[in-house]
Amino acid sequence: MAFFIEVLVGGLLAGLMYSLVALGFVLIFKASGIFNFAQAAMVLFAAMFIAGMSGEWGVPLWLAIPITIVLMIGVAWVVERVVLRPLVNQEPIVMFMSTIGIFFCLIGIAEIFWGSSSRTLDVGIPRDPIFVGNMLFQTYDLVAGGIAVVLVLLLAAFAQWTRMGRVLRAVADDHQAAQAVGIRLSTVWVVVWSIAGFVAVVAGVVWGGNLGVQPVMVDVAFKALPVLLLGGLTSIPGAIVAGLIIGGGEALAEVYLGPIIGGGIQDWFAYMIAMAFMVYRPEGMFGEKIIERI
Amino acid sequence: MTKSMTRKLAAAGLGLIVGLTGMATAQAQSEEAQYLPSLVYRTGPYAPSGVGFADGFSDYVTLVNERDGGINGVPIELEECETAYSNDRGAECYERLKNRGDGDGATVMAPLSTGITYTLIPRTREDNIVLHTMGYGRADAAYGPVMDWVFMVPTTYWSSTTVTMQHIADQEGGWENLEGKTIVHAFHDSAYGREPLEVLRGYAEEYGFTLEEMAISPPGVEQRSVWTQIRRMQPDWISLFGWGVMNPTAIRTANSMGIDVSKIIGGIYAAQDDAVEPAGSAAEGYKAVTFHGPGSDYPVYDDLQEYVYDPGLAAGDGSQQGKIAYNRGLINAAYIIEAWRQAQQEFGEGEVMGREETKWAWNQLTITEERTEELGMKGLMPPVDVTCRDHEGGGLALIQQWNGESWEQVTDFMEPDMERVFPLYRESALEYAESEGVEVKECD
Repeated sequence: MAFFIEVLVGGLLAGLMYSLVALGFVLIFKASGIFNFAQAAMVLFAAMFIAGMSGEWGVPLWLAIPITIVLMIGVAWVVERVVLRPLVNQEPIVMFMSTIGIFFCLIGIAEIFWGSSSRTLDVGIPRDPIFVGNMLFQTYDLVAGGIAVVLVLLLAAFAQWTRMGRVLRAVADDHQAAQAVGIRLSTVWVVVWSIAGFVAVVAGVVWGGNLGVQPVMVDVAFKALPVLLLGGLTSIPGAIVAGLIIGGGEALAEVYLGPIIGGGIQDWFAYMIAMAFMVYRPEGMFGEKIIERI
Repeated sequence: MTKSMTRKLAAAGLGLIVGLTGMATAQAQSEEAQYLPSLVYRTGPYAPSGVGFADGFSDYVTLVNERDGGINGVPIELEECETAYSNDRGAECYERLKNRGDGDGATVMAPLSTGITYTLIPRTREDNIVLHTMGYGRADAAYGPVMDWVFMVPTTYWSSTTVTMQHIADQEGGWENLEGKTIVHAFHDSAYGREPLEVLRGYAEEYGFTLEEMAISPPGVEQRSVWTQIRRMQPDWISLFGWGVMNPTAIRTANSMGIDVSKIIGGIYAAQDDAVEPAGSAAEGYKAVTFHGPGSDYPVYDDLQEYVYDPGLAAGDGSQQGKIAYNRGLINAAYIIEAWRQAQQEFGEGEVMGREETKWAWNQLTITEERTEELGMKGLMPPVDVTCRDHEGGGLALIQQWNGESWEQVTDFMEPDMERVFPLYRESALEYAESEGVEVKECD
């Protein structure tokens, strides 16, 4: 039983780290209807700038992180001006394709500045194991999970209690109605991409601290996708709950099902969980039900 | 008079043109170069492993050109093609480059990827181009009678695994002490990761230890559940066959679970700096098997400083020099160049070698320890002795250990257990020959 709990808790905490990446996807889709393929590249971009500035230029982390947040706001502004604005009213697939372009541009720019070598990012989160009886838990995972929960609470508070949050919710509900009452879509897009940039900074710090900073970090997107499928593309709490289900589910499957069917099943099993759920609810657990007039 | 003058002028002009053309041709002939395509991955998710290799490969070629004027006066023309470690781009690079350059064009290819190697084996066979896969690719290509155009110099996954096992046995005080022990093989869930399984299963059966096989889904950014299981097994030793981000994540996760990382021995591609640096202090004590010396304390580096780095001819920014991937690039280029040198001794010094001559040279490539010393690479580059039958050339490998800042060599070059692996090469290669309709060559 102790082993089961150890595996389950480890999986749940890993799931919260997937949620960190999934949140960025949700924010942009919710406000603009765009599936932002570039979110994982934004995580890498942010992590490379933080690790590069602190490693090569000697900028302390407490300064490198806010500088990178400002940089991500700049990225949001450029994306809105150069990519999104000219594509207003285009089909969603066109917007999606444009984010694939942004994905590769961000990676290329980060590599031009900092090269392709892997870097260490020590953010000072302790790594000592914690023993509860025979069970072992990671301090780093507990702290990272806590960061994910705090981030969700902050985003929820922002959406609920700030004027811009209400604007974002209005745009998410109905773009045209929001525009009719004088909300500028371009401003909203810059804000929401900036917030997604901020989330990318947090995810970059947490994942970079765990994996080291290297181009393969973009692969964490493949851990976030089943979370999105399960939680729905429009729900912030959905990203967290789905992260927990995916993380816990894949860990248990790896340990208890893996040895029976050959092991190494954790990645594709996460997609199995998500797809099995989508059979019953295609919009995801917390996604908005799609109702269209015929 | 005017006509005659015009004719004379025309004839003189024609003569001048013919003369200049002849001089230009002679000049061009004297500057014919040995073409060397280089398939690299400086970009993409695996770039941290690829940049160092590409820099080392290029810098060694520059050194030979600058210091020696090429191979007996034949300069080497290096052309890089970016594969981003992707099979389709590797195949495209191959097709684009194979007929470039003087003479027969490309005569040897080093694809630097197991996936690209599998793609290129049939193509290089058809084009009669030597395929050099240094420690990666198909281990059974070491059996020369089947794949007479593929070379595994200086080692394979299988041979190097026998060196790892020898080290474990030495640490345990002898093979007989392995009985009752538990050895885990944690591997990239792919053909690459499964490569040493047959060898390890053979040892487990013979010496009575428990072999636990733990597949890790690539890319391996999340490994908690795997290492939770491994911890529960209380292994005595762990063999790690990861790739890319899987390696540092494995080391870091193992360390955080209280597993002694000095009991983890990485395979050839878990032996690079990108396997340990991102893991930080967690990697201190981690060991790995490799086929060359670590660091930069070799005379060849003095020459590189004088002829390549100081004149500003280095391929990269200098950050890779002395690293594992860089050293691998150096010795890979050295093997290729030594093969051409030996081809020239047989077929004509100062001439560009064609595909047939290059293949001949690889089938008898011999680099003694004395020759590695002459090259300033003693200890860095293992000696090899390739024959028609043995395309691995000896399979020497050593164990290195990460001290937190750099790799330290903890054993000398060790002989692999050829009696164990060669029958496996032969069996697997003959199966390949049968399925692909490859004629098995007779070797004396």
